[in-house]
Amino acid sequence: MGSLFILGAEGPTEFVDIAGWFLENAWIIPALPAISFVIILFFGKKLPYKGAEIGITAVGLAFILSVLTAGQWMNQVDNAHGSEGGHGEEAALVLVDDDIELASAEADSEAAAFFAEEGEEGHSVVGRNAVVERFTWWENGGVEFKVGIMVDGLTVMMLFVVTLISLLVHIYSTDYVDGDRRYTHYFAFLSLFTASMLFFVLSENVLQMIVGWELVGVCSFALIGHWWEEKPNSDAALKAFLTNRVGDMGLLIGMIILFWSANSWSIIDINEAAIGHDIGHTTLFIASLCLTAAVMSKSGQFVLHTWLPDAMAGPTPVSALIHAATMVVAGIYMVARLYGVFWEGYSIAGSSFNILALVGSVTLVGAGLLAFVQDDIKKVLAYSTVSQLGYMCMALGVGAWTAAVFHLFTHAFFKAGLFLGAGSVSHSVHSFDMKTHMGGMRKFMPKTFATFMICTIALMGLPPLAGFWSKDEILVGTGGWGFFGGTSANGSYTFALVMGIIGAALTCAYMTRVIYLTFFGEWRGAEHMHHDDHGDGHDDDHGHAHEPHESGPRILIPLYILSFMAIVAGFFNLPPGFITGSEEGWQERFFHYVEPVSSYFPAIKHGVPSYSLAIFATIVALLGAFASYYYFFVRVNRQSPAATELANGLTSTNKVARAGHTVLKEKYYLDHLYTDIIAGGTKGPVADAAYWTNQNVIDETVNQVGRTAVSTATFVYETIDQKLVDGAVNLSGSASEGLGEVSRSALQRGKVQQYAAIMFIAATVIAGLLMVFI
Amino acid sequence: MLLVQFLLLSAVLFCIGVYGVLARRNGVMVLMSIELILNAVNINFVAFGAFNGTVTGEVFALFVIAIAAAEVGVGLAIVLLIFRNKRSVDLSDVDLMKG
Repeated sequence: MGSLFILGAEGPTEFVDIAGWFLENAWIIPALPAISFVIILFFGKKLPYKGAEIGITAVGLAFILSVLTAGQWMNQVDNAHGSEGGHGEEAALVLVDDDIELASAEADSEAAAFFAEEGEEGHSVVGRNAVVERFTWWENGGVEFKVGIMVDGLTVMMLFVVTLISLLVHIYSTDYVDGDRRYTHYFAFLSLFTASMLFFVLSENVLQMIVGWELVGVCSFALIGHWWEEKPNSDAALKAFLTNRVGDMGLLIGMIILFWSANSWSIIDINEAAIGHDIGHTTLFIASLCLTAAVMSKSGQFVLHTWLPDAMAGPTPVSALIHAATMVVAGIYMVARLYGVFWEGYSIAGSSFNILALVGSVTLVGAGLLAFVQDDIKKVLAYSTVSQLGYMCMALGVGAWTAAVFHLFTHAFFKAGLFLGAGSVSHSVHSFDMKTHMGGMRKFMPKTFATFMICTIALMGLPPLAGFWSKDEILVGTGGWGFFGGTSANGSYTFALVMGIIGAALTCAYMTRVIYLTFFGEWRGAEHMHHDDHGDGHDDDHGHAHEPHESGPRILIPLYILSFMAIVAGFFNLPPGFITGSEEGWQERFFHYVEPVSSYFPAIKHGVPSYSLAIFATIVALLGAFASYYYFFVRVNRQSPAATELANGLTSTNKVARAGHTVLKEKYYLDHLYTDIIAGGTKGPVADAAYWTNQNVIDETVNQVGRTAVSTATFVYETIDQKLVDGAVNLSGSASEGLGEVSRSALQRGKVQQYAAIMFIAATVIAGLLMVFI
Repeated sequence: MLLVQFLLLSAVLFCIGVYGVLARRNGVMVLMSIELILNAVNINFVAFGAFNGTVTGEVFALFVIAIAAAEVGVGLAIVLLIFRNKRSVDLSDVDLMKG
């Protein structure tokens, strides 16, 4: 094993093994919803609330346990630091392997320069190991396959997010899918999904991660296709599943490469091997590329994002839980978990370009543009999710680990809030189409409107709501802000910074459009209210209401909680120096508790927040919001309160704008590319070739084999069996018959004297023979 | 030594016995012919025993005589039963074991 060098620190390195009952027994958290799944599946229909109460209880308990686990982790981290009297967050450590002198020297000099400034602060370092509990699952050929849990700051953060949002979604669903024909089944799968995601985040090794990854994929498939009677829904489910398969190949290949290079399935071992240069750079690069493909499919990055907007076919709470807050962040989580691999594989430090940052930033802007032309409110939010996941992916690509994870944290709350808010609106108007069924909803649903606004502002990244803080950290982390002295981040990813700022402006603009089309102007849904085609088997008690109305408490309370989190979540990681005073205050708490300080985590640098950057980014974002505001709230509204776009707008007068609009409407033709060109282009020739091969090669071979077999069999039957074998049998039969006949008639005549004669003759012959031969 | 003479006598007796067994039709005569054969053998035993100066041959001869007596007993009993059933001791009539 490698030894640990702490650079820039004066005191000796100390690694603290954090322990505690909740941390060591965190496996109970996924076990609870897993048990709930089984109970609901088998007994749910017989229960008074059709299984919902089991799901809520299990997830509620899991949430309480998660909070306790997180609390214990924070407490232990503080104790560990208290014992040293220093603050671990300013220091870092580098793992250097003793065996590789060259690498050791290299890392030494790099790190020496790296931590020079931090050394001045004189904080001693306390590394903390993740809590790992594992046992051998099975063993084969000397390789032990372990199963267990790994708990560190990242894990407890994810446990908290997943269980909280899952709990709120469970409560929300009791109203939203009330009376659905597969109500019990729905809750069973929510439980299974929660269990899978928790299992995934607690994974101790990559093998477990693969299992969890696939499990969430399966649950996603089942829940997207919840209303599978309608063809588009089952198509969407299949699309999600099949698109994910593409990336899953990358996941499998990448994990196998890592296993053979690190000779271990353990996440910690793989990270340590990657950081300690035990694995060649090329190998790590290829593994990173494969895993990036997995991220692209699971976390909806260009160009494999196409399944995510279609996945909105599922019930809205599912969209909130799976396609906004938890499942799609599995890819981000995987990168964060195996960050050592990506860090070394893409050489993130000191670079200005890599694939992960490129994929993230392209997704960020590309999906942001697509959100403009969607009429379905959920699809806008879906593209917004894709875009925000692009932020996280980009942040990981530029080395802003904490920023990415923090954005994951804040985004989960406000995006779940937006989805549930959209669900609340659609619950009332029985449609997701903003242009035909919505407009002016703020008069009918003031509470939903308020929560939706809060979450929207958080998503826009306007201060002081949650999205601002995490977005700002990402922009700082790109290190591209050289104009006012830079932010001393890991590299100088200027393109990522530019894309990030453009993305922020786009986000503001399309969210303003959503707000206008949904909540302002005039209600356009009156004529649609009587033919309710909500499609969820919803009982029709509001189907014939004449006006939309506010949703019930089981829908509103989760919205309140999520809006509250959308306001406060950003304060968990205030930039240093923002609030002067005690260092034990709020600043960088999230970073302090979540980012690992251990041998399995690379020595990343943290950007220094810049006021100029924050102000500039906010101004650009506000410009985006203002442009959209001017278009919708002023010009469109002036034309007619019920209008959804300008009659003589840019797209109808300008050819280029119309062409651009069409490209966006067609979603960059990616679906055409996949279904028509790739699938269509391959299926014709491939099918023809396969048919030809089938007819002429396989069938011919089979026929030839058949014919040969028939003639061989005929030959064998006629010649060998009938003539030879049967002949031999018959011959022996007739021979013995003839012999018997002869002996019976000639010898066995009952004449004693004849017998005696034979006996004497025989005796004479024997005697003669004896005479001759002896 | 008169061995050759004894052997010749024995051979003559044996051949007479064989002839009797094969040619005579009376069961009792066949049994008697068997006795002749056995006694031819006995003569051989005794002759060879005397020739080699041991008593082994004589011992054997005594055994043969004892067994021959038993055999004749059994044989006569069979002949007697055949006679009772068939009123005849002609062996050519006794072909119950014909195949």
